[in-house]
Amino acid sequence: MNGTLEVALRSKRDRGQKLLVPYVTGGLGPDWLDVVRAVADAGADAVEVGIPFSDPVMDGPIIQQASEQALAARTTPQSILRALREGDSGVPLAVMTYYNVCFRMGHRRFAESLREAGVSAAILPDLPLEEVGPWAEVADQVGVESVMLAAPTASDARLRRVCERSRGFVYAVGLLGVTGVRAELAGSALVIARRAKAVTDKPVLVGVGVSTPEQAREACAEADGVVVGSVLVRRMLDGGGPAGAADLIGSFRAALDGSA
Amino acid sequence: MPLADPTPGGYFGDFGGLFVPETLVPACLELEQAFRSAWADKAFRRDLDSLLTDYAGRPSPLTSCERLSRELGVAVMLKREDLNHTGSHKINNVLGQALLAKRMGKTRLVAETGAGQHGVATATAAALMGLECVVYMGEIDMHRQELNVFRMRLLGSEVRSATTGSRTLKDAINEAMRDWVASVESTHYCLGSVMGPHPYPWMVRTLHEVIGREAREQCAARLNGDGCDGLPDVVAACVGGGSNAIGIFSGFAGTRTELVGVEPAGGAALNRGAPGVVHGSKSFLLQDEWGQVREAESISAGLDYPGVGPEHSALASAGLARYEVVTDEQVIDAFVLLSKTEGIIPALEPAHALAWVVRDRDLLAGKTVLVNLSGRGDKDVGQMIELLR
Ligand SMILES: Cc1ncc(COP(=O)(O)O)c(C=O)c1O
Repeated sequence: MNGTLEVALRSKRDRGQKLLVPYVTGGLGPDWLDVVRAVADAGADAVEVGIPFSDPVMDGPIIQQASEQALAARTTPQSILRALREGDSGVPLAVMTYYNVCFRMGHRRFAESLREAGVSAAILPDLPLEEVGPWAEVADQVGVESVMLAAPTASDARLRRVCERSRGFVYAVGLLGVTGVRAELAGSALVIARRAKAVTDKPVLVGVGVSTPEQAREACAEADGVVVGSVLVRRMLDGGGPAGAADLIGSFRAALDGSA
Repeated sequence: MPLADPTPGGYFGDFGGLFVPETLVPACLELEQAFRSAWADKAFRRDLDSLLTDYAGRPSPLTSCERLSRELGVAVMLKREDLNHTGSHKINNVLGQALLAKRMGKTRLVAETGAGQHGVATATAAALMGLECVVYMGEIDMHRQELNVFRMRLLGSEVRSATTGSRTLKDAINEAMRDWVASVESTHYCLGSVMGPHPYPWMVRTLHEVIGREAREQCAARLNGDGCDGLPDVVAACVGGGSNAIGIFSGFAGTRTELVGVEPAGGAALNRGAPGVVHGSKSFLLQDEWGQVREAESISAGLDYPGVGPEHSALASAGLARYEVVTDEQVIDAFVLLSKTEGIIPALEPAHALAWVVRDRDLLAGKTVLVNLSGRGDKDVGQMIELLR
């Protein structure tokens, strides 16, 4: 049985649409929830909300800074989930955080609190195939989609197993490196998207290093869509607010829809 | 009975594992295979042994401390890892990993460092073997261990500061892991303690078992009088990540000798933490109710870390080793005491193990205690000038 996020993404993809999933650091500024709504209104197909963690090893300087600021403002998993429960954005939501946040809360409590907050999916970038079992089992039971990351370093056999275990979509890591703004789309982005698409019919989205509408369109030559993180968070850090975020995501939407 | 090996997935009891970004998983699996094959290869072992002997100066001596023992009423012996080349036990691990990196065709090393001892050891091995080397160090540690920053640069390594979070060892590890995520094809991550993802806790332990092997033989030769069984009553070592401790424990596991790890009050993961996952493995961790990692706070840059190697969590949980806590003040006193009574200036890290012996001397009266003197104090003299002023 497919979850809410996968159903939504598949149906759009099957209608020929390219998928756009912006990432917003939860608790970054008093208006972060308005940013979530604004990017949804500007054409996001789903929104990924970061629960900040003290030691984000998959993140570059921009999301590190955002996480530090959000934590300094006393953001907790609970404060983010409470806000999400109350503020309906009209699109499916995923949270992205590090495994210790989930482990500390307990798998079942974490999964149930996501479901109660209306969050469809979870992305835990430091929980690879080798360790995901106990969490994934609970997530499946509770009905939370656990999104797996597919990296350029995976063998074909491993990639197949990653895609099989993934729920919601497959998060194809576009380059060797951490999140951040890059001047060009890495060649590895197209390669990993093509390789993943060859072994799964789940939606395949490229994330990490997709920084401009042009790069997004380029990635979508192979991928079903993109995750856009650091460039949006940069705009939030610079005080762009909901309007600035909507502007940016609107330009990605237009590029993906071919009307840029 | 030696220390148990981890499960195929890298677990010691409930602790350990492989909690890294997907990008790094193939590299960790490859590293495990490479280490297994190297360790089984006589030529590799011979190369490593001759480096440890002819370059690092092993075996390190065992010193019986006459004046200190008289003063405390406890027979104290020191395993002199401070006399190794580069001044600490860290060289044992680094020579093994650098040889392995070359064997794997890697051309670059990255490392984290707290006190700078692991960084200096890595920079040394890189210079010796012609490898490029980048060492990450917290901004605060770069200040308090300035001498080691200079040494690393002199040795031809680049030192990059970690400027986020607590700006100490924890953040240096974050930066080293981020570097490795981007450079994994050319680069080996030369991790400095028995922590991180599988196979590091096991591999680093294996490379430090030489400490315990030598110490066991030396004790057998030294403690051979009437009614002696060649064993100390207690083996004590400081615990940051826990590599010097596990190295010396390995020689005495399964004997009557009591194993005691000593944590700093400001970084006592085993005594004041709860199970958690950071930096690649599950282990005891200082954290808040939501799983955010707390910042450690210790005068010793090498122990200023909120986590601990997973095997120590397993040993503690199984009651196979005991972990004590000492304060910064007790450490400073022990640092001075060893200097004055034995003419040996210890590093602040092993001064923790000594501080425990000093504090609990009444409980230890009449016993024989072997302390792993994991490093020498030259690097700490600048900091002590300030502290003792
Ligand atoms: C001399 C010395 N001892 C101990 C340590 C702590 O490491 P571990 O607990 O891995 O032995 C350090 C770390 O920098 C050190 O320099």
